[in-house]
Amino acid sequence: MHLAYPAVLSALLFCTGLYGVLARRNAILVLMSVELMLNAVNLNLVAFDVWLSRTAEETLHSGQALTLFTIAIAAAEIGIGLAIVLAVHRNRGTADIDRLRDTAEGHESAPSDEPADDDTAPAAEKAEATA
Amino acid sequence: MTTTTLAVLVPLLPFLGAVTGLLLGRTAPGFVRPLAVLPTLASLVLAAIVAVRQGGDAAVDAATELTPTGSVPVELALHIDGFAALVALVVGLVATCVQVYSTGYLRDDPRYPSYAALVSLFTSAMFLVVYSGDLMVLLVGWEVMGICSYFLVGHYWETPEARAASIKAFLVTKLGDVPFLIGLFALATDAGSFRITKVLGAVAHGGLDHPTLIALLLLAGVAGKSAQFPLHTWLPDAMAGPTPVSALIHAATMVAAGVYFVARLLPVFEASQAAMVVLAVMAAVTMAGSGLAALAQDDIKRVLAYSTIGQLGYMTGALAVGDRGAAVFHLVSHGAFKALLFLAAGVIIHAAGTNSLAAMSRMSGLRDRVPDAFWTMTVALLALAAIPPFSGFFSKESVLGAAEHVSTGHTEHAPAAAGWIVLVAGLLTAVLTAAYATRLWLLAFRGRGAETPDHGRQPLTMTVVLWVLAVPSLALGGFAYRSLPDWFDGRDLAPTLATSVLGTGLALVGGLVVHSAWRHTTARAARAPLGAVAAHPGGDAGLVEAEAIATHTPAYGDVASAPDPADPGRLLLGPLHRHAATGFHLDAVYTTLFVRPVQTGASLVRFLDREVVDTYVRGAGTLPRWLGTAVRRAQTGNVQTYVSALLAGTVVLVVAVLLVATGA
Repeated sequence: MHLAYPAVLSALLFCTGLYGVLARRNAILVLMSVELMLNAVNLNLVAFDVWLSRTAEETLHSGQALTLFTIAIAAAEIGIGLAIVLAVHRNRGTADIDRLRDTAEGHESAPSDEPADDDTAPAAEKAEATA
Repeated sequence: MTTTTLAVLVPLLPFLGAVTGLLLGRTAPGFVRPLAVLPTLASLVLAAIVAVRQGGDAAVDAATELTPTGSVPVELALHIDGFAALVALVVGLVATCVQVYSTGYLRDDPRYPSYAALVSLFTSAMFLVVYSGDLMVLLVGWEVMGICSYFLVGHYWETPEARAASIKAFLVTKLGDVPFLIGLFALATDAGSFRITKVLGAVAHGGLDHPTLIALLLLAGVAGKSAQFPLHTWLPDAMAGPTPVSALIHAATMVAAGVYFVARLLPVFEASQAAMVVLAVMAAVTMAGSGLAALAQDDIKRVLAYSTIGQLGYMTGALAVGDRGAAVFHLVSHGAFKALLFLAAGVIIHAAGTNSLAAMSRMSGLRDRVPDAFWTMTVALLALAAIPPFSGFFSKESVLGAAEHVSTGHTEHAPAAAGWIVLVAGLLTAVLTAAYATRLWLLAFRGRGAETPDHGRQPLTMTVVLWVLAVPSLALGGFAYRSLPDWFDGRDLAPTLATSVLGTGLALVGGLVVHSAWRHTTARAARAPLGAVAAHPGGDAGLVEAEAIATHTPAYGDVASAPDPADPGRLLLGPLHRHAATGFHLDAVYTTLFVRPVQTGASLVRFLDREVVDTYVRGAGTLPRWLGTAVRRAQTGNVQTYVSALLAGTVVLVVAVLLVATGA
């Protein structure tokens, strides 16, 4: 198989993931997009490892080893990420990234990006943000 | 041990005592008193051994050069001649007495450890000045004394008087020390060495190119340190320090350093006739002015301070007529009786609860409360007034005799004009000295009015010291004037008949005039009640004195004088009294000439700093602040925006790298 096929597939996957990370509102979907990007990279690693080891005398298959490493890291990452999202959702009742703007400049003095019908008082929200 | 080793140990021991005392003062308070007294006592013993071994013979010289320092070498050198040996003995005696006295005087003072260490450091510096054979090493001791004086005058820094006095003492002496330093450099450049022996050798061969300039520059430092006109104004104010400090620093040692320095380098000054005349005029103005001012002071310690200035005037007068033997003779005897006067004054202030003579003149029975202070102070005042056979008589007559000798043109050392100036001023001052000594004695001990409150016996350490010092005040002059010439230049120090009769007669006249004036005015004392007594008479002497100083201005309206119509000084001085009490307005003149311009300059600098320099600084800060406000707007809090910006940046960088790599 020519190297171009996995490379193009990986590029498509990566761009899809990137789009998801940049454009999705839901934090869970953003995390899934991150997974897509990671897997695109994994695909690249495996493909190039095969391509390079074809000509080499002897190889350690470092690409494949690195892929396993990335999968392990990704599992840990998604675990922690989902836990955070769950905790945020439990506290705020939402996982919408656009509404999680506690680090914005002037956030404390002007909480205007919060909907007016939100029942959490600013003081309570501050306490949650620090919790 | 050799004489050199012993002589090195003399300044070293108090220095080590001071360092240990400062380090151990808080952790081991039990060692503070031994550490204060014993090194000084050991130094006294060693100085005595050095003096015995030296014996007025050829000077002991030793020098070692630590490291080459460029053009003119600085050496650790000793030069011990008869002058150095004897002056060191006096320094050791007075310092030991003061340390012993302080253990009683500052019994309950929380800052006693640092006080005792500073007194030890001061003693060590004075020994260094006395023994040093190198002018740079001498300058080190000279300046250490200056800074110790600053700290010790400001010992009661809770009172504004003490703070102001310590800063004034430091600044005024430094005003003299800057020309002094330049003078030392000029002298070393001309003579090619800082060693005193080599400098004197160069002078003897006429090797000085600018003798007048050098002598005048050095005189500025001497005037500052020895409190001579016009740099004497710090000394009366320095009485805000504890009394033992006044006794040690402002009577017997530090102020003597200037006189001692001139005595060491007298040939340098003799090389310039102009410098000798300037010295004579300085001495004359100092003597007469301080005598008048002393007659008008109300604070007992300020009387003694002005008297110190006057007696130092006698010493510089003796130097101006080229007789350093007489000068150092008077220095030695004055060191003894002036230290005694101050220490006795400390006892009196403690017993009376006030430092004001006006208040003391309204107390009866003070002399029965402090009999030791009464008798020793009487001895010291008689010595001060130069009544035979007390030691002050012999030393003062030797000064007057030297002046008379020069004024008749018998010598080529000094111009006859200097002799006349010193002689006339000296005789005038003899009258004034006797007058203020009598006034002090009458007001302090012959007061009438309420009984002096009884504060119990004075500590033994304070009274024993008085008697120790009373012995040299009484007998030193009479026994020493025959043997001292062997230690000095060999010039005769015996009193001559003419000046003795004249001087003693004038002193008696001064005393009798004040006595009759006192009899005339004392009746008024009862009609004008006056007086304020310290609030804590049961406290230690240092506390009582600090309170007395602090209450003088609120009680009497002025730190120096009191509105007392029963004061014989006020009757005698008449309209002059007002001016004499303020030291002839010299402080006001200095305020106008120096303090005001400096303060105006300071406020100008403050204005420039606040309004001009700061404007630039604030302007420089404005632009970054605007930029920061603009950049802050990018912080939306939306993570996706940040990541988008990150991606855009990465893309731009990748494109740029690719373009560069392909060479497009």
